[in-house]
Amino acid sequence: MRYWRVPLDADQIKIPQGEIHLLVDRCKGCEFCVEFCPRGVLVMSSEYNPKGYHYPEVAHPELCVDCDLCEVICPDFAIFCLPKTEEVNDGAS
Amino acid sequence: MTQTKTTQPGSEQELKHPQDHLLRSDRLPHIWCATCGIGTVLKCFIEAIDRSKIPYDDIAIVSGIGCTGRVAGYVKLDSYHTTHGRAIPFATGLKLANRRLKVVVFSGDGDLSAIGGNHLIHAARRNMDITVVCVNNFIYGMTGGQAAPTTPGTAVTSTTPWGAFEPAFNLPQLLEACGASYVARWTSLHVRRLTKSFTEALLKKGFSFVEAIAPCSTLYARRNRLGSGYDLMKFYHDHSEIRHGADVNEVDIGFQDKITVGKFIDRDRPTWLELNDQQHEATLGEKYYRHAETIAAAAEADAAAPPTGTAEKTQDGGKDSGKDGGKNGGKDDSKEGSHA
Repeated sequence: MRYWRVPLDADQIKIPQGEIHLLVDRCKGCEFCVEFCPRGVLVMSSEYNPKGYHYPEVAHPELCVDCDLCEVICPDFAIFCLPKTEEVNDGAS
Repeated sequence: MTQTKTTQPGSEQELKHPQDHLLRSDRLPHIWCATCGIGTVLKCFIEAIDRSKIPYDDIAIVSGIGCTGRVAGYVKLDSYHTTHGRAIPFATGLKLANRRLKVVVFSGDGDLSAIGGNHLIHAARRNMDITVVCVNNFIYGMTGGQAAPTTPGTAVTSTTPWGAFEPAFNLPQLLEACGASYVARWTSLHVRRLTKSFTEALLKKGFSFVEAIAPCSTLYARRNRLGSGYDLMKFYHDHSEIRHGADVNEVDIGFQDKITVGKFIDRDRPTWLELNDQQHEATLGEKYYRHAETIAAAAEADAAAPPTGTAEKTQDGGKDSGKDGGKNGGKDDSKEGSHA
């Protein structure tokens, strides 16, 4: 990311990392999460769930910043995002 | 390519959705169509319940009939699925019987503004202390796509195959004129603002009304050749305009026209319960006591302590509980302040 001015506390800020979890059985393939993800983390899978819908899959897990927008916009309670803890610890150590 | 995938046992199945504590998850997946917006609105509402910090036991959800009426069956809270249009009278009764409850009416535009139209108007006039969530998809969804009072001009429905021509209800204007305390409108795309609005509406004293515009993919979008709910969400993205405090006379929605969203009304008026107490305390004096609260206080006293009370004491308990009710109201206000 490019800044017009480097923030004074730039070295202390950690970009949060998220981990996306899918409840595939609930998905109805509306593609809201794929369309509205601001980081382009998700793509639609070519496979089907038991109800016959295509469901999303995580294409770029490293881009997820745990913004939870996919979780909030999903009408089917089928996707949620949890903060990734292990990776952050690894990076700090 | 054609193989199906189910949730892996042992890995994802153990993970629960963060909102499963307020959902009857055994009823999921729900009946709403793919790309319907009601699920998103329900999710924002559940998030708002958690944010408002109202105890779950003190919330009751009342729904009418319709697609949105199914909400009462999906939330793991006290809920009631009433007859068509009668959600608000039932909610009013609940509130009168137990003032501690935060009663929420969660229903659709046809249920609230057509069949229950008079109830909506008069609950707003009385400033009854309930929250009404109206999911507006411009059409009767469950019964087959008939024209609703909110169907915008020239939209094709099953009862208006050559296009609707009746002027539609402008719900914020209607509710403002009737005297609601809080009126806001968002679309199901504005998830964060909708959640904030729900939180404010839950903590607001008096009649609060939130209109959530949601796509109906199967009937409204398909009959009008608008694609699916996915395309309508993109339409909301491009054509909604946020104007807080906008003049409610100018926020009516035309067919595939600009949608003005925002918080339109936020004002304080005495509620029906306050006016009722004030009037009867002034005219009846000591003789006035709240029957329902007297019974509730007696039941609580019985449950908490060994029964020692007489009839006279029970009546005193009733008055005390009345004061407690006032204190609770004060607490709610302070909560509101802290949230703001």
